Amino acid sequence: MAVEIRIPTVLRPVVSGQSVVKAEGETIGELMKNLGNEYAGLAGQILKEDGSMHKFINIYLNDDDVRYLEKLDTKVSPGDVVTILPAVAGGIF
Amino acid sequence: MLFISRDFLVDIVDHALDAYPLEACGLLGGIREEVNKVYRTRNDAASARIYELNPLDYLRADRDAESQGNSIIGVYHSHTHSEPYPSPTDLAQAPDPSWHYVLVSLKRKFPSVRSYRIIDGKISEEEVVLIKV
Repeated sequence: MAVEIRIPTVLRPVVSGQSVVKAEGETIGELMKNLGNEYAGLAGQILKEDGSMHKFINIYLNDDDVRYLEKLDTKVSPGDVVTILPAVAGGIF
Repeated sequence: MLFISRDFLVDIVDHALDAYPLEACGLLGGIREEVNKVYRTRNDAASARIYELNPLDYLRADRDAESQGNSIIGVYHSHTHSEPYPSPTDLAQAPDPSWHYVLVSLKRKFPSVRSYRIIDGKISEEEVVLIKV
């Protein structure tokens, strides 16, 4: 099943400038793994070597942050939209 | 260069003052160097020293910007007791080299606003140009 994935501007250079790509998978984890296989530069940006999510990336299934669902095991359905956005933070130190 | 209307600039400073003594943060919607919308977002850290931009606020802002033919072109936050210059944390966590990084300092009697680009770990200040809309 192919699901639409929205790519943030910072990662678009590694997906040929596209703002939206499609990937196959039944779960968020499968989508991210397959996306990484298709776009080599993307692999290490989203998932760590142990397969878990980088803390500075947020992944949403429709309106929900997958960290508050089943994380990478969150199941996707036809018509779902997945959005990847960077975490934004800073401070005075 | 960052092109921004007076109203948007005032909105950013107002947000910083409203949030004081905590740090305020928000996003800039627009096209390349021109700000077309300011999105106030929640600081999940609720701290006077750090900010963590609420991820769902970011998602909503991103969708709104895209729906209007814009994109998120930058982020602003306040430094309540320090100069308007990116900290080592700001530098380390700058998410996007195409973004504008706007800082509001409330250290002195009158707020001051500066904008920077952060590319490959290098900080460069850019001119903030007030425009009429």
